[in-house]
Amino acid sequence: MTIDPNALADVAAVPGVAKPDPIVTIDGLERSFGGVHAVNVDHLEIQRGTITSLIGPNGAGKTTLFNLISGFDEPDNGEWDLDGGGLVGISAYQVARRGMVRTFQLTKSLARLTVMENMHVADQTNPGETLRGALFGGWRKAEDEATEKATALLERFGLTHMADEFAGSLSGGQRKLLEVARALMVDPDVIMLDEPMAGVNPALTQSLLHHITGLREDGMTVIFIEHDMDVVQEISDWVVVLAEGSVIAEGPPASIGSNEIVIDAYLGRTHREEEE
Amino acid sequence: MALALLAVPAMALADGEAIGGTLIATTDDERVPVEGVLISVEQDGTLVGDSTSDAEGKWLVPVPGAGTYTVRLDVSTLPDGVGLTNADSDVLEDIVVQEGRQRTVLFPLGEGSTTSPPPYQRFGSLLFAGLKLGAVIALSAVGLSLIYAVTGLVNFAHGEMVTLGAVLTYFFSTSVAGPGWSLFIAGAAAVALGAGFGWVQDRGLWRPLRKRRMGLVAMMVVSIGLSFALRYLILVMFGGTRKLYDEFTGQTPIDFFGIPVVPKNLITIVVGVVVLALVGLFLQRTRIGTALRAVSDNPDLSESSGIDVDKVVTLTWVMAGGLAALGGLFFGLTEAVQWDMGFRLLLLIFAAVVLGGLGTAYGAMLGAFVVGIAVEMSTLIFPSELKSAVGLIVLIIMLLVRPQGLLGTRERIG
Amino acid sequence: MDFIAVIRDGFLAMIGPVTAAYAVSAVSLNLQFGYTGLLNFGQVAFMMVGAYGTAITVEAGGSLWLGIPVGILTAVLLGLLLGLPTLRLRADYLAITTIALAEALRLIVRSSWAEPLTNGVFGIQGFADAFFDLNPFPGGAVYGVGTWTVTGRSLWMMIVSWTVVLLVVLLIRRLIKSPWGRVMRAIREDEDAARSLGKNVFGYKLQSLMIGGAIGAVSGILLAIEQQNVTPDAYLPRLTFILYVIVILGGAGTILGPVIGALVFQFVFFGFDSLMASAQANIDWVGDILSPAEAGQVKLILVGVGLMLLMIFRPQGMMGDLNESLIDDH
Repeated sequence: MTIDPNALADVAAVPGVAKPDPIVTIDGLERSFGGVHAVNVDHLEIQRGTITSLIGPNGAGKTTLFNLISGFDEPDNGEWDLDGGGLVGISAYQVARRGMVRTFQLTKSLARLTVMENMHVADQTNPGETLRGALFGGWRKAEDEATEKATALLERFGLTHMADEFAGSLSGGQRKLLEVARALMVDPDVIMLDEPMAGVNPALTQSLLHHITGLREDGMTVIFIEHDMDVVQEISDWVVVLAEGSVIAEGPPASIGSNEIVIDAYLGRTHREEEE
Repeated sequence: MALALLAVPAMALADGEAIGGTLIATTDDERVPVEGVLISVEQDGTLVGDSTSDAEGKWLVPVPGAGTYTVRLDVSTLPDGVGLTNADSDVLEDIVVQEGRQRTVLFPLGEGSTTSPPPYQRFGSLLFAGLKLGAVIALSAVGLSLIYAVTGLVNFAHGEMVTLGAVLTYFFSTSVAGPGWSLFIAGAAAVALGAGFGWVQDRGLWRPLRKRRMGLVAMMVVSIGLSFALRYLILVMFGGTRKLYDEFTGQTPIDFFGIPVVPKNLITIVVGVVVLALVGLFLQRTRIGTALRAVSDNPDLSESSGIDVDKVVTLTWVMAGGLAALGGLFFGLTEAVQWDMGFRLLLLIFAAVVLGGLGTAYGAMLGAFVVGIAVEMSTLIFPSELKSAVGLIVLIIMLLVRPQGLLGTRERIG
Repeated sequence: MDFIAVIRDGFLAMIGPVTAAYAVSAVSLNLQFGYTGLLNFGQVAFMMVGAYGTAITVEAGGSLWLGIPVGILTAVLLGLLLGLPTLRLRADYLAITTIALAEALRLIVRSSWAEPLTNGVFGIQGFADAFFDLNPFPGGAVYGVGTWTVTGRSLWMMIVSWTVVLLVVLLIRRLIKSPWGRVMRAIREDEDAARSLGKNVFGYKLQSLMIGGAIGAVSGILLAIEQQNVTPDAYLPRLTFILYVIVILGGAGTILGPVIGALVFQFVFFGFDSLMASAQANIDWVGDILSPAEAGQVKLILVGVGLMLLMIFRPQGMMGDLNESLIDDH
């Protein structure tokens, strides 16, 4: 499928605006905790093959939105789909199998598995993962193929030398890299990154950014939550601003910095802690 | 060699232990055997067997081995005009059977008329029994739930804190080795020591483990070890038999709107409800109570907003220890004091807290009364030996229908 | 004091069929706790269901060889029924529910209500004759050297039960070393991560509970055959806790840990019995302080204290890798 890099050039910077080729579409999504609306998104489309940043003050509902569309939480109302396939009531593991993979704000490396084992767990094709396969064998070939794929990915993310170490012994930044590399083992169409830069040292930040833009070049759609506006300006094609659970603005990065509503949202209210 | 020691007790019936007797009604110098009376033998609330007296009035119930049993005469099967000489003695507790021996027990019978109680009276009695059990569970469960709320630990040693309250009360009031205080003072001392034990546990064990950042699952396993150690320590110190306090035994029931109620059960319910109300007030109205609720909502946030989380946790342990001891005191008062009473209650405590919503104080109270009443009322339908099983099945049904519990929120489940 | 006798008693208990049965049960618990991270505190129920399934089948006129698969299948079914409502919940809920269900089941089996099927508190005896009919060793004969001997009956039981241990260990080894086992370990580490990578966590947990249940049933059947007896009071919650001690002592999450744990535990447990008996007979003040029954209780206190100390100071057990246990999870 060819991706037009300028597809969003003519799209108006209005909340809920329709995109030429949306891969994710959200409608009327609501989730409240004890009477407080954590997420209340009327309509949102994510353009295929772009990097879309999700920004907003603490407690704006960004992570909750991620949890909802990736199947980790259930909404009170609403529907959403991936490439035309409805995802309501679909459990998290099936969402991942359908090609939408997420990472977590607090990295979830599988500490007492080696880095290579972490990569293998993300493989979707290994017949040895079923009970029958495990008992009767015949999974070596798939295992070797996955090892090959994983080796290439680890190479790309500079983790080759750590392949046989326990993931728990990696540094914070390396864990972030591992999580992205591991997500790519799934061969996703959409990859959702929850604050991939948080806690990563500046040197590694540049390399991570480079990797993220690389994902777009490989034809993937990237949705990511980020706080650092410089980062957002640098790599996003489109920015969605959430406040109190709703989309208050969206548009190309250049249009967001000057948006009055966004400035109000960031400065004009007391900050709450992000609901995790 | 006793390789099988752990797994299976000695072969049942091998030695022919049994309980038996002869029912003779004495009327006007005449002695008449009484036939067709149902006698049942129970152990720890479970029916072991029953027997109906024959034409000579003889009955015999084989039992699985040496031990302590309860023998019950079903008054409703007595023929007209025959009754127990002492109306209260239809149940004989703590009948000890020795290895290889038959034990004979006597039910003195004479003239008398017995009528089975009207349905509303039976219903009312069971409701009272349920409220009493609910009060005992609630007192014990609130602490477990609060500890869970502030630390995330499911404390399997909580049952032993309950046992401790009863055993200490027994020691101070009744034991020949003890000071022989009145039950009131003995109970107060037991509750104070229970609270102190909560403090010691937190400072001596749990706080250091929290500082080592031990995982919650690992801590739960530690609490199982502690439960084991304490339970058998109490067994060694206290012995295996059921014991009663020397006060408030054999009370005559009073009439409460037509329902016979034993005063000590009424006291248990009243004190239980008052103490639980005080706990509620404490949580809602005091600064430290508010802090406790804040910590249970979000420990990290509380820490950063200046609450001394360690202090709050220690205080919770002290409270939990005191409340559990109080629960144990009443459990011992209304039933009997025994080394494993707390562990038996623990499963009902679990049922109560899960029913109400793990980590919610009010949920634990509500759940406790629901479980208590369900357990007692179940005897209207099921045999009474299945009482505890009913409580546990209520728990499992609840998990199927509403896993977060009655008062819990959806966020609390995985 | 006869220390040789103490070691002999501990040793003979250690190699006995009860140890083998505990090892089998510990291996299954290890699959659930050590590899999948499931807190099954109702292990004893799977053992009970296996044993009763077998005994009741024989009582009803079936053969022992039909009874054994019936017992195992009943346990698998129990795993399914137990897992469906609880495996979506947090680990502590599973712990509470499993211990509650196990105890509720025991109370039901014990009740007069179930008596037509289970014979209540008296249980069922003498259902394993078919097994002992196959014994190639003369039952009354004694094998061994000096006082280090076992009967022909024990020897037959030992050979069969340790063979079962070997088979079960090989089965678990094959499963754990496969990609399936890797997914299990991933779930133990972080089930949300496994889920985000497309793994059906619920399904895997259910498999773990059912396979573990089947192996637990095998252990219960071995014990029941050895005793020729099932009674409900053999399945108290404390047996589950002792199995946890065994798993943690040997090393949770290691292939051989549970077996080593069972051997060591039984050696110490019965060696202690013998030591106390010897001390009571030979040292006056020991006999004065503790009666034989109390000595048995002191032993259980030590089991509890031992579990706490193990968990605090050597959570990796005897076979575990210290480095692995020191890894920071966050």
